Amino acid sequence: MERFRHLVQIVSAFLANCRLWITPSNPIYKGPLKHICFPGLNCYSCPAAPWACPLGALQNTFATLKAGLAAGKANIGLYVLGSLGMMATLVGRMPCGWFCPFGLIQDLLFKIRVPKIDFWRPLSCGRYLSLVLLIFALPLLIVDNSGFGQTWFCKYLCPAGTLEAGLPLLVMSPELRSAVGMLFFSKLAILSLFIIWSTVTIRPFCRAACPLGLLFGIFNKVSWLRLKFNQRTCVDCHACELICPTGVLFATGKDDINSTKCIRCFRCYVLCPGGAVSIEFSSIMKGDIQDLEGCNCNSKQG
Amino acid sequence: MKNHKPLFLFIFFCLLTVVGIALGEPKDVFQKAITICLSCIGIG
Repeated sequence: MERFRHLVQIVSAFLANCRLWITPSNPIYKGPLKHICFPGLNCYSCPAAPWACPLGALQNTFATLKAGLAAGKANIGLYVLGSLGMMATLVGRMPCGWFCPFGLIQDLLFKIRVPKIDFWRPLSCGRYLSLVLLIFALPLLIVDNSGFGQTWFCKYLCPAGTLEAGLPLLVMSPELRSAVGMLFFSKLAILSLFIIWSTVTIRPFCRAACPLGLLFGIFNKVSWLRLKFNQRTCVDCHACELICPTGVLFATGKDDINSTKCIRCFRCYVLCPGGAVSIEFSSIMKGDIQDLEGCNCNSKQG
Repeated sequence: MKNHKPLFLFIFFCLLTVVGIALGEPKDVFQKAITICLSCIGIG
């Protein structure tokens, strides 16, 4: 299953950035797909991206809300929140593990053979700060005289934007280089930090700072697809905790198996020797729950 | 075991999406997405 997941990640990263004909005179895609938000962190200012970024769209919604209300026409984000909510209701945080291009980049960086460092768990609070402050509160509350706010997450934190849009646009458009200032260098430093950190700790951005992952993860406990842990068949080997990319410690009871941290990579389901982890589907039509029981068999690992 | 939460939530978010589309919100998403905001990506 892990190979299949990597294949899906690669295909998804390509689909998220499949605009191949890029010219300096036409640096950004302007076709109809830009109406739709991609379910992952993928900057819409990236020259290769044909989709919109859900976080950029959300921030713009809140940044223009006050001015829009004053003008009598406000976009209150129903479309973006609704489309993200539909995805999250079905599969929870699974897009992080399977579709997010920035997740794939972090996974690949972690494969570099250097000494590894555990993630310091209190840092996971950063996701809440990132979502509440940078996506919702600051764009909504700190506005200029015209009532417009800023996209705080994109402007001051998002390393995907620097990697996928900032750097390529500077390469393609030499005239932009004169506009580079301290803000760009600070964002470059943040990108460098996460690149280096990703080589020693698995998925640090997802675990410490990603507001989209938290938004999806909130639905992990109530989504149609869930994981289930059966304590009775657990053999206490703690293999699940060792291989979990986001450090969900459900076997020792520190976390719920459907914690907001779980990216639904299903490594625990595949590797559990006691078959204590199963995949659970709530039947939408009947309201019943159906399980794919975990089993101690090698066939899952293919 | 009954569990209707995913169904109710899915219908709720479907409705949000439909109302958002009816209000023309995808156009706003599109307008922002086709404009390179230099300060948003740390340039300028």
